[in-house]
Amino acid sequence: MPTAEATRVLSGRQYLDGDHACTEGALSAGCNFVAGYPITPSTEVVERFAARIPTIGGTFIQMEDEIASITAVLGATWGGAKSMTVTSGPGFSLMMENIGLGAMLETPCVIVNVQRGGPSTGLPTMVGQADVMQARWGSHGDYEIIALAPQSPQEAYYLTIEAFNLAETYRTPVMVMLDECIGHMTEKVVIPEADAIELVPRRRTDAAKGEYLPYAVGEDGIPDMAHAGEGHRYHITGLTHDERGYPVMSVDCHDQLVRRLCDKIRNNADDIVRLEEDGVEGCEVLVVCYGITSRVTRAAIEGARREGVAVGCLRMLTLWPFCETRIRELAPAVKAFVVPEINYGQVSLEVERCAGGLAPVTLVPHMGGGVHDPAVIQAAIEEAAR
Amino acid sequence: MTIRTDTTTQLEHPLAHLLRTERFPHIWCPTCGIGTVVKCFAEAIDRAEMDYDRMAIVSGIGCTGRVAGYMKLDSYHTTHGRAIPFATGLKLANRDLKVVVFSGDGDLSAIGGNHLIHAARRNMDIMVVCVNNFIYGMTGGQVAPTTPQPAITSTTPHGAFEPPFSLPHLLEACGAVYIARWTSLHVRRLTKSLTEALLKPGFSFVEAIAPCSTLYARRNRLGSGLDLMKYYHDSSEIEHGADTSDIAIDYQKNIKVGTFLDVERPTWHELSDRQHHATLGDRYYHAAQMPPADKEEASHA
Amino acid sequence: MRYWRTPLDAHQIKIPRGEIHLIIDRCKGCEFCVEYCPRGVLAMSTGFNAKGYHYPEVVTPENCVDCDLCAMICPDFAIFCLPAPEDEGEPTRKEVQHADG
Repeated sequence: MPTAEATRVLSGRQYLDGDHACTEGALSAGCNFVAGYPITPSTEVVERFAARIPTIGGTFIQMEDEIASITAVLGATWGGAKSMTVTSGPGFSLMMENIGLGAMLETPCVIVNVQRGGPSTGLPTMVGQADVMQARWGSHGDYEIIALAPQSPQEAYYLTIEAFNLAETYRTPVMVMLDECIGHMTEKVVIPEADAIELVPRRRTDAAKGEYLPYAVGEDGIPDMAHAGEGHRYHITGLTHDERGYPVMSVDCHDQLVRRLCDKIRNNADDIVRLEEDGVEGCEVLVVCYGITSRVTRAAIEGARREGVAVGCLRMLTLWPFCETRIRELAPAVKAFVVPEINYGQVSLEVERCAGGLAPVTLVPHMGGGVHDPAVIQAAIEEAAR
Repeated sequence: MTIRTDTTTQLEHPLAHLLRTERFPHIWCPTCGIGTVVKCFAEAIDRAEMDYDRMAIVSGIGCTGRVAGYMKLDSYHTTHGRAIPFATGLKLANRDLKVVVFSGDGDLSAIGGNHLIHAARRNMDIMVVCVNNFIYGMTGGQVAPTTPQPAITSTTPHGAFEPPFSLPHLLEACGAVYIARWTSLHVRRLTKSLTEALLKPGFSFVEAIAPCSTLYARRNRLGSGLDLMKYYHDSSEIEHGADTSDIAIDYQKNIKVGTFLDVERPTWHELSDRQHHATLGDRYYHAAQMPPADKEEASHA
Repeated sequence: MRYWRTPLDAHQIKIPRGEIHLIIDRCKGCEFCVEYCPRGVLAMSTGFNAKGYHYPEVVTPENCVDCDLCAMICPDFAIFCLPAPEDEGEPTRKEVQHADG
């Protein structure tokens, strides 16, 4: 597996906030194109990229709006770049149509959402975790998406690299769902040497000129890519298309295409899902958490354990695809689920769905603007244990 | 009355090498002018001796948006109004590409308006061919920002009343370096303008007025596309270098055509290189590929 | 054209002759070629193609001067002009493109 280029990796012990760590992750991953639009609390990601990229090779452009940003990212990817855009809730909403285009064209790219309080303009400078469902369902139509949730600047660094790798593996846009706390929190970030960073290369076609079919697939259901300017002279469209890339307005073609777009992620969910488990086996109460809330929850879990509750922690590093298999596995064994999140119930709905009524799910909501008081989560855990 | 199902000729069309003829006959209506503009564009590609492998065509949504699907080049059929930022991404990822946006008046100046003006402002090195039929054809004939008053459209059933854009005027104000307008009747001159635009670095804009027979002509009882072509013949007036503030198209009135603007300005890449080199010197990644300082001075002059 | 005197090379001027080629299945009966042919070479036929459109036919082939306006203006890529076979000599640009294309 190829590794990162040394000139792009800021190896060493760094002291970075989540936004900046995300930029460094992108650079380490070989990202050489960012089109962005300023929006609090994500702006620092592109600011750092704009400062760093001219000396290491690549392009930053501040586009006229978020729609232009995501579209330019798609275009740049098809032109041969490794691309990323960065935004927060309002910009995320604007990007939705073209995230759908990215999914339809099967364009590998990374979209970073540094979540803030919503809805609408909400709390621009304060934390939220209320875009989780939007990440999955934001665009119209059926498609699947991969979304990652770091809980620290260190993880923001690593999961951004992971996002690029997943994007290339599955030929899909991948989201990195930071939140304002992680984005603006400064911590030690250890950046390894370039040769320790493995990068999944883009799946390029080896078809002869004139024989490339943009959406012809093998067993894994994922097509190979050709960039503009390589002489393949192919056509791709956001319309429902066949393996030639040409629009075909038929029920059969549409059925095949939509199933394939979804199945390539669904069938590989077990490979994509990343979880961190602590005391899950044999626990009474299982806390499902992600992002900044998982750090707050640590105090609550420790407190509950001191009170004698057998509480386990299932931390989601991937929000999507959802860890359905694991929840279905654990639902018969646990007494209850507790889901603390900085929203009015999003992941808790997924946990409920997968628990299938076998164990109650307690949501510990926080509308946004701050993190939970650990005592509230602890109380919910203890209540669930009774 | 004979029904012929064979083709008269065994030869392929001379421009077939640039077209996805396996998808022909194309979807455009009888007497629609888009096909003519595509013909002129294909001809221009050969006249400009473009390297086919180095070209990329990006279209938006609409009748003209289907152009990308019929051209045998790396072609991208994107979302409504967003062809220009997609093209920007392509160009920024690969400076060697010649990127052409082929889209309609509604796609480019309504939903895509913001992207149009910014790409012009940046002098992004892309060429935009705007087929202006004064209407939203694909969706059944709604009013467009270019529809002249008082044309009947499906969303202005009592007559359009909003002042339309004069696209060359808009683009000149935004900073385009090449602006031309022709009708699909002016085949040779349109081909020439397209050839010039293909070879010109920076943001070029060619407006091709074309008939929409099924909707614009029919709804306004103007006949067929052929009748609109006759109107172009009778009412167009060639004035190269005309003042773009004076060339609005009123309903069934005079159409000023010509090459209105052809100037030199540094492209986005040139400006980016220059600025970064000035600030970063040899640390700038592309410093080695930049022209030496004296040549830069000359290009300023 | 009217000249004030006969050009000295008048005997060398050869009026080109063209040969019309039709791909009638693409034709949509728009009549642009018929209308704009400067030499009146074409007229709409009474026949129908597979889609039910009338297509043009060559009525005065000897008038065609290979100006290619029909090909330039046809929106459907259904008609093109080649130099008539009896014109020997240098290949036209079109034929050169064929070889490369």
